[in-house]
Amino acid sequence: MKITPGSRLRSTVSSTEVVVVRAPAVDLDLTCGGEPFLAFGPSDTSPAKPGDTEAATANELGKRYADPSGAIELLVTKAGSGVMAADGVELVRKEAKPLPATD
Amino acid sequence: MNIHLLLELMAERDGTRAALGPRDGDATYDVLVAGSLRIATAIRRSGARSVAFVGLNGPPVPQLLFGSAAAGVPFVPLNYRLPGEVLAGLLGRLDRPLVIADEGCAPALAPHVDVVHREAVWIAGAIGDNEPTEVAAAPDGPAVVLFTSGTTARPKAVELGHDNLTSYVLGTVDLASASPDDATLVAVPPYHVAGVGATLSNVYSGRRLVYLPDFDPQAWIDAVQRERVSHAMVVPTMLARIVEATGGVPPRVPTLRTLAYGGAPTAMPVLDQALALFPDVGFTNAYGLTETSATIAVLGPDDHRASRAGGRPDKLGSVGRPVPGVDVQIRDDDGAETPAGEIGQLWVRGAQVSARYTDGGSALDADGWFATRDRAFVDDDGYLFLGGRVDDVIIRGGENIHPSEIEEVLVRHPLVRDVSVVGIPDEEWGQRIAAVVVRADAGASAEQSELDADAVRAFVRDRLRGSRTPDLVVFRADLPYGPTGKLARRDVAALVTEPDPPTPRGSAQKQSGTVTEVAR
Repeated sequence: MKITPGSRLRSTVSSTEVVVVRAPAVDLDLTCGGEPFLAFGPSDTSPAKPGDTEAATANELGKRYADPSGAIELLVTKAGSGVMAADGVELVRKEAKPLPATD
Repeated sequence: MNIHLLLELMAERDGTRAALGPRDGDATYDVLVAGSLRIATAIRRSGARSVAFVGLNGPPVPQLLFGSAAAGVPFVPLNYRLPGEVLAGLLGRLDRPLVIADEGCAPALAPHVDVVHREAVWIAGAIGDNEPTEVAAAPDGPAVVLFTSGTTARPKAVELGHDNLTSYVLGTVDLASASPDDATLVAVPPYHVAGVGATLSNVYSGRRLVYLPDFDPQAWIDAVQRERVSHAMVVPTMLARIVEATGGVPPRVPTLRTLAYGGAPTAMPVLDQALALFPDVGFTNAYGLTETSATIAVLGPDDHRASRAGGRPDKLGSVGRPVPGVDVQIRDDDGAETPAGEIGQLWVRGAQVSARYTDGGSALDADGWFATRDRAFVDDDGYLFLGGRVDDVIIRGGENIHPSEIEEVLVRHPLVRDVSVVGIPDEEWGQRIAAVVVRADAGASAEQSELDADAVRAFVRDRLRGSRTPDLVVFRADLPYGPTGKLARRDVAALVTEPDPPTPRGSAQKQSGTVTEVAR
């Protein structure tokens, strides 16, 4: 599917929800737990999946996940399980030490 | 992604949390979102292609910033201290601006601009008369346009994109990471890049924004106490005035956990005193440029504490280490990377670096690097040390001299409160070195003060090469700082050549302001 920065996506296998921070301008097979993500908008009222953050593969709320090249980056807006991948390449959590507040 | 999403995500986490203003106020994150979506509708209906704001910092700033973002047009906060005709000139460089000014600033603007909307009336109408709109996809155009202070040239319009700003915030702040009791005190003006950073970072972390629109050191301390402020950011001149206002007595500020400072170089004696006055506060130095979407390097509380404790190499003179996502390179004047530890020009690269100007295009090189025009080196531990602006270099008899070398020596003299070193034109040498000194025993006249021009020169001569000794030493009561703490070097040079203050009647002696000159 074609995804653009700012798009909101929802997993079909878990409670995971993400927003696209960065994406290349090409079609991309974006999956969570092996199944394609579904796009949804703010006016979308379909019920979200119940939380399932207990799983070992939990996608953490507020954390970013990216491919090795950094071309695709997702921000988790609702925690859930399921490995996230783009065209079969696993997206891994970007490690960022919290910085002291500067603003 | 649109910066408006930063606000939406926080509202989804905890929409009932207070976002703006007093502790018991009703301006929650939900209210801020609802307002910005209606303001966006009003902006769209106006047909404007940009939103210009002339006024003090306060809750309307985030309302208009996020409203503009939702409408997909840039928000342009302007320096309200500028004269009306200058502001009109800047407005003329914007694409169909909707001009909004607060009550204090509108009158000065009105004679020069066709339509000036009053902030309070316009915002109330926009929220009251409109339905919320769908948020625009992040446009390619800027989210924010800031005019540089133009201390050396015509102000440049720096364009900060949605991608630049979201990269900065996502890279440095965790969503909803603040406690519901946290509050930040914003004392910088809205047209400073730190004011933009303050709005976005604190909203995304869920920290309530409290404003001190018109800085006064005692009012700042009062606001910290009254609003139970946990975090604050000040520019160095504010820090100096806060230190002075305490009279050396540590103020009671039990809620204050962090104090960030930056925006201009900080005098070491001021910082030393501040650290002593606020022993329980974590100090952070932030270094950044308008073109880099605020902070690109951070010196954190641990480094400040270590410096006070002693025992390891002192990093207090450093601006710290680069933030995640920002690469730094030190290059020589020919553009080649310098060996580790050597001084050169600082270049930076990263998603938060815009370096894009309206009418000027991009200042990035082919590989995405931006020349900050600051001189710097990186030490063995990766700490960045700055050595003044490339543009400020004094060329005396063919030798390049950086004012900061001399300034850093002189600020450590106990009788020097502040100093600026500039080059002044000279037929023989090209330029000569002038030191403009503010005595610590302010008010003391030349004959009362123990600090005279010879003492200043001797102090430098003992510590630096002879070519660094100032040719001229001038004593003045103050240095010309702009409202955001930036020293106007142009005006310092003018101070050197202006006539001395008049001699009071009855005194045969010259007062402070004596120009002393020596041949070398």
